[in-house]
Amino acid sequence: MEGLERIIREHRFFKDLDPKFVALVVGCAKNVRFEAGEYLFREGGPADQFYLLRHGRVALEMAAPSGGTVTFQTLGEGELVGLSWVVPPYRWAYDARAIELVRAISLDAVCLRRKLDQDHDLGYEVMQRFVPVLIERLQGTRLQMLDVYGAPATEKAAKR
Amino acid sequence: MTPQLHMMPAVARVAGVRRETADTWTLELDPPSKQGEWAYRAGQFNMLYAFGVGEVPISISGSAPRQGTLLHTVRAVGAVSRALAQLKRGDSVGVRGPYGSAWPVEEAAGSDVVVVAGGLGFAPVRPVLRALLARRERYGKVVFLYGARRPEEILYRREIEGWRGRLDVEVEVTVDRAISAWRGHVGVVTTLVRRAGFDPQNAVAMLCGPEVMMRFTVAALRDAGVADERLYLSMERNMKCALGHCGHCQFGADFVCKDGPVFRYDRIRERLAVREV
Repeated sequence: MEGLERIIREHRFFKDLDPKFVALVVGCAKNVRFEAGEYLFREGGPADQFYLLRHGRVALEMAAPSGGTVTFQTLGEGELVGLSWVVPPYRWAYDARAIELVRAISLDAVCLRRKLDQDHDLGYEVMQRFVPVLIERLQGTRLQMLDVYGAPATEKAAKR
Repeated sequence: MTPQLHMMPAVARVAGVRRETADTWTLELDPPSKQGEWAYRAGQFNMLYAFGVGEVPISISGSAPRQGTLLHTVRAVGAVSRALAQLKRGDSVGVRGPYGSAWPVEEAAGSDVVVVAGGLGFAPVRPVLRALLARRERYGKVVFLYGARRPEEILYRREIEGWRGRLDVEVEVTVDRAISAWRGHVGVVTTLVRRAGFDPQNAVAMLCGPEVMMRFTVAALRDAGVADERLYLSMERNMKCALGHCGHCQFGADFVCKDGPVFRYDRIRERLAVREV
């Protein structure tokens, strides 16, 4: 348990978290590993856990309209995988697949949600860390939607 | 040289054409005979003239010193660039230049150097990377972060692989989207800034790509602690004469063709935030 506590304390997501909160979080955490190609979760499944990556990379994927899957983001060491555990209906909206061997901390979302409900100070601490991740990914998605590297479709460009 | 002579293109012969991606080609140009050899600084551009079609500014994307040729990477997006992209070995092209300001290759000595490029923005920074790696001992950490739309649109793949094989440069490439066979990063290039290993207090950053990408990358670098006066951007505007006369590329008090394209961020910070400038 001491090892898990240290890992959580040192992970970027929980860095500088008050030790009393770390103890509460540790109660919902366990070490996990995924081989390359294994799925951390699949679209439509219950979002009853999320992951803090310690090693390896994970691809977030969705089915493409033309068939096959499209990777829209990859995440690596120090990052968090899984956002849907925070809001009902707690269901994954995409697949998360290990690109290589992944070691992570798995957090039991049902357990953590209960603790956040019971202790709003802990809830506020976790949300303060969680919301910037959410915003960063939203901003990233906006830039991806802009297709900034696509051919400029202006009249000016047409002359060039 | 008088402005009139600056307006006169020299005729260069196409020594080779290399297809980089579906819509992008690199032209290798022999120097015009009277000039003998190409001289340029990393970051500058030439005006390339497709005879009978028109003239466009194209960044110098390097040189092949042994052959004495100069490289320009052209994306076929309009009438002139399409005509340039269709040139074949032995064809002629008009060249004026080089014009504009250069990357601070000398000034960055002793510092970590972070080069961030997006899409075709790789072309104007490739000479910088070559210069940094040619005199590697003069710099601290060298980091190259590159964002492309899809894996098929990554430029200069062979060169990237060569750099990746070196232990003294960190190279990270990301794409905006990919099929699952792609094993590299997916996500916007700004996300690579946080993961990169450099000392923000002692880093010089050079950025080239679409303006929106540069704005967000500047924000990420500033958040990391890089000072405004150590950030450099290559700007793009509608350059026509390349001499600061016609005013097409006016950017506030500057002309991008003459005072740029490379600007220090603190000198253009306010203007960069104004959408209409």
